[in-house]
Amino acid sequence: MNSFSFDRVGAIVRRYLYLLRSSVPRALDLIYWPLVQMLTWGFLQTYLAKAPSAGPLAGRLGLAAGALIGAMLLWDILFRSQLGFCVSFLEEMWSRNLANLMMSPLRVSEFVVALMIMSLIRLAIGIVPVSLLAIWFFGFNLWGLGLALAAFFANLVLTGWGLGLFVSGLVLRYGLAAETLVWTIIFLMLPLACVYYPVSVLPEWLQHFSWVLPPTYVFEGLRALLIHRIFRPDLMIEAFALNLVIFAAAAISFELMLQNARRAGALLQTGE
Amino acid sequence: MDLAFSADAGSVKNANAAIEVESLTKCFRDVIAVDHLSFVLARGSVTGLLGGNGAGKSTTIGMIMGLILPTSGRVRVLGADMSRERHRVLGRMNFESPYVDMPHRLSVRQNLEVFGRLYGVVEIDARIAALARDLALEDLLDRPSGQLSAGQKTRAALAKALINEPEVLLLDEPTASLDPDTADWVRSHIEDYRGARRATILLASHNMREVERLCDRVIMLRQGRIIDDGSPEDLLARFGRDNLEDVFLDLARGRRQAQ
Repeated sequence: MNSFSFDRVGAIVRRYLYLLRSSVPRALDLIYWPLVQMLTWGFLQTYLAKAPSAGPLAGRLGLAAGALIGAMLLWDILFRSQLGFCVSFLEEMWSRNLANLMMSPLRVSEFVVALMIMSLIRLAIGIVPVSLLAIWFFGFNLWGLGLALAAFFANLVLTGWGLGLFVSGLVLRYGLAAETLVWTIIFLMLPLACVYYPVSVLPEWLQHFSWVLPPTYVFEGLRALLIHRIFRPDLMIEAFALNLVIFAAAAISFELMLQNARRAGALLQTGE
Repeated sequence: MDLAFSADAGSVKNANAAIEVESLTKCFRDVIAVDHLSFVLARGSVTGLLGGNGAGKSTTIGMIMGLILPTSGRVRVLGADMSRERHRVLGRMNFESPYVDMPHRLSVRQNLEVFGRLYGVVEIDARIAALARDLALEDLLDRPSGQLSAGQKTRAALAKALINEPEVLLLDEPTASLDPDTADWVRSHIEDYRGARRATILLASHNMREVERLCDRVIMLRQGRIIDDGSPEDLLARFGRDNLEDVFLDLARGRRQAQ
């Protein structure tokens, strides 16, 4: 009785779509930053590739092959999937609606699936047009990566969701005081996941930490594909295995935080 | 007088009980918010939970809804243990509180539609139309919820609370911050709903007139404990007072004991 219901998932997704539709500036915000990032990194890559002093170095680094702009677009997939998940969750906190949801027949698993779907929708609104513009501006076709893109995408989105679930749990337990983490926690990964440079650049002791992060495998895989024209399924499988562990840990942590919030009476005091 | 668990309340236990609260206790660190509370509410009854600020009314309602975990004790609603099997009965309950909002940027209609779907309401459009008619929301349905006045917001929140025609309705200060006319209007609607649906209603309130008018039983709380329990008429007779406000003040200030 009252098992998992896709109708209730649909109800929550509908609620967020109404919200997106109600505010054009918010919808535009989804595309604004990816566009700015793409243009910045695209022009930097163009400059490095053409600079006389860069010469053979640029070629060796594969800059002309789109390593920088490709890395930027994949980084944005990771960043936007986490942000899309968390911002939908924050909407409930901002509007003090969480108690209404938690008191309804909605199950936590249904809520989380709805947040994942919204993360994909928000991601698509930002990344699809920007990736198409990257073809027009810089001749870099993300979609040309084919099946490899699907593997990169799945792994990055899974990491984004795991991180999103963990941070949402913290916000649930500690209230909007923990909101800053939603916007900043992902940037801890930026240097360690080696988005724009190979893992070998890091000091050896730091490389061990780097290889604990699933995105590291994705960005190494991207460079292998763009520079050496090799798709590394082994990297994708390792990233996926790590992602499963991270997502399971995040789900457990979210459940613990929820219980903690119920113990502390925080679900009825979710405003600012 | 400290009535932890009245004999009358105990007699309605089991099949006729809508809400059973047994030795319910909630501590927030060193503070005991609710202290071994026990009562049973019969199906179709309207009960007022009365008490001053910090008496434990909202915490008790939060625990009945399953939003707050008790430190000890048990709550059963419509036969379901709320700590383990709340999802079995959540579709048959609902609540309204001025401290919980609906999303501001969604219209009233959109909010009601989302909650209707969450509660599995079959003919949502018809249900929204009926609620809009009953609660005079017809002209407000397409207005963003955040642009409503306090009275309009309360009516919209009440519509959300009634969207699934709940058998158990929990109301936390439903007329707080409303003008007398709107408050009276809301009370009338609660009375009508109770009459039409034979719903069990638990109402936390500071408003004695509201409680006298709506409730057939009053549970008085102070510092998380039941300090008196009975029908409004019983309490008035017992304390030799003309209205519940005086009874409440006597109890709150410890001026008199029941005669």
